[in-house]
Amino acid sequence: MSTMLRINRDKCGYCGTCVAVCPEDALELIDAYLSLERECIACGICARACPLGALEVVHEE
Amino acid sequence: MKNKYDVLVIGGGPAGALAAKTAAQAGNSVCIVEKRPAIGTPVRCAEGIGKELLKEYIRPDPRWISADIESARIIAPNGTAISLDQARAGNEVGYVLDRKIFDRELVWQAAEAGADVIVKTRATAPIIENGAVRGAKVLSAGVPADIRAEVVITADGTEAQFARWAGLDTTVPLREMMSCAQYVMTDIDINAGSTDFYLGNSIAPEGYLWVFPKGDRTANVGIGITGRKSHDGSRAKDYLDRFVAKNFPNGKAIEAIAGGVPVCRPLPCTVGDGLLVAGDAARVVDPITGGGIGNAMYTGRLAGEVASKCIEAGNCSKEALMAYDTEWRASRMGMIIERNYKVKEYFLTLDDKKLNTLADSIASISFSEFSVSALIRELIKRNPKLLFELKALKDTLA
Ligand SMILES: Cc1cc2nc3c(=O)[nH]c(=O)nc-3n(C[C@H](O)[C@H](O)[C@H](O)COP(=O)(O)OP(=O)(O)OC[C@H]3O[C@@H](n4cnc5c(N)ncnc54)[C@H](O)[C@@H]3O)c2cc1C
Repeated sequence: MSTMLRINRDKCGYCGTCVAVCPEDALELIDAYLSLERECIACGICARACPLGALEVVHEE
Repeated sequence: MKNKYDVLVIGGGPAGALAAKTAAQAGNSVCIVEKRPAIGTPVRCAEGIGKELLKEYIRPDPRWISADIESARIIAPNGTAISLDQARAGNEVGYVLDRKIFDRELVWQAAEAGADVIVKTRATAPIIENGAVRGAKVLSAGVPADIRAEVVITADGTEAQFARWAGLDTTVPLREMMSCAQYVMTDIDINAGSTDFYLGNSIAPEGYLWVFPKGDRTANVGIGITGRKSHDGSRAKDYLDRFVAKNFPNGKAIEAIAGGVPVCRPLPCTVGDGLLVAGDAARVVDPITGGGIGNAMYTGRLAGEVASKCIEAGNCSKEALMAYDTEWRASRMGMIIERNYKVKEYFLTLDDKKLNTLADSIASISFSEFSVSALIRELIKRNPKLLFELKALKDTLA
């Protein structure tokens, strides 16, 4: 099983709150969309901080 | 866009604009790169600023002032409202800006002073040589380029990635990140001369909800809660939607934004070889109010001054640039941040009951006779334990 971060771009307000709390510097806000640019450890901190609920750590078989 | 400047500024917010304007006025070649396609939008701000603070940087202009504020009200969980007039609320009563226009004006002033401004251009990495920052790699509307500089002033806001890439840890702990959501609402019944702050665990846990007027029936209605209080179903947006449904059921949201405000202590060091960090990126937001526009302008201007001096002296080492860090820490701003950080940490320990007691004690004293001893008398009557806690707080501040 693997875990990964899912970004819901329709919910995302591209505000960058997640970027600032990411311990791995994995996320980046590119103008008007959020992108996973570097390796994510699926810690879920960004998903907690998101004001809009646009991020989710999902578990895949 | 040239490929070499004296000063390269990353980010076109208030910190970057003041840094660029100051450095350009000192005779340097300056460039601001801003990754968004437009300066000032989207606005991620409640737009409140103290009048005196603002005037230190720019002459107030009706073109970018939405509302003139006469009083602030703090509303306790039980509904007790404490009203603060201008004299008493000090810096926190002032103007509600129109930051779309305001930020543009600041950048325009930088441009007028001679700075280049390039939008839709994102810094993607520092150029580092012999351990010193010598510029930035950028993507300008998709086209990669190198921009070299004697000093890079990074003013890239909450995200603060540039300093991170240059080796400074800017990560904000979850508990010190205010997770925020806001609507610009119109057609609502508000007091157009008062900024209102609502406190309480069920309204805005470990934060507050604000109603900042932007005109007669229009206001920024927003909320910030700490990251650790943010969960599915109880996020900033959820609390805000509940408040709006209850208080402004017929209001119309004409703009919806989200944002993060770091309320941690400032970065332990805000300089590097060839690098200065200003504004939100340096984490110099007021930890109680979350206000950062004024501090961004202050640190931006100071960064521009120090960069100019160091360039003139031909020494842009970390040691030389350290004058910036030393000066802002010793400044009034530095001291207020340190004090308010401690007060914030204390406030986080207050449950609704204590907040109510505090508010009731303050509210029962008429302002003409308000004094600390009157407050203490009221607190002894209502909750002596709170008095001891406040004493302990006072001792840590001393
Ligand atoms: C919801 C909310 C409400 C607030 N309310 C208030 C308030 O009422 N009063 C107050 O004083 N403060 C308030 N603040 C805080 C205030 O908005 C900030 O302190 C202020 O904007 C900081 O200015 P800055 O120049 O440091 O950063 P910003 O204004 O954030 O500007 C940073 C700029 O850098 C750009 N950038 C980022 N990365 C890069 C890159 N790699 N390359 C190029 N450009 C980049 C960004 O696009 C942005 O334009 C609020 C904040 C939020 C989120």
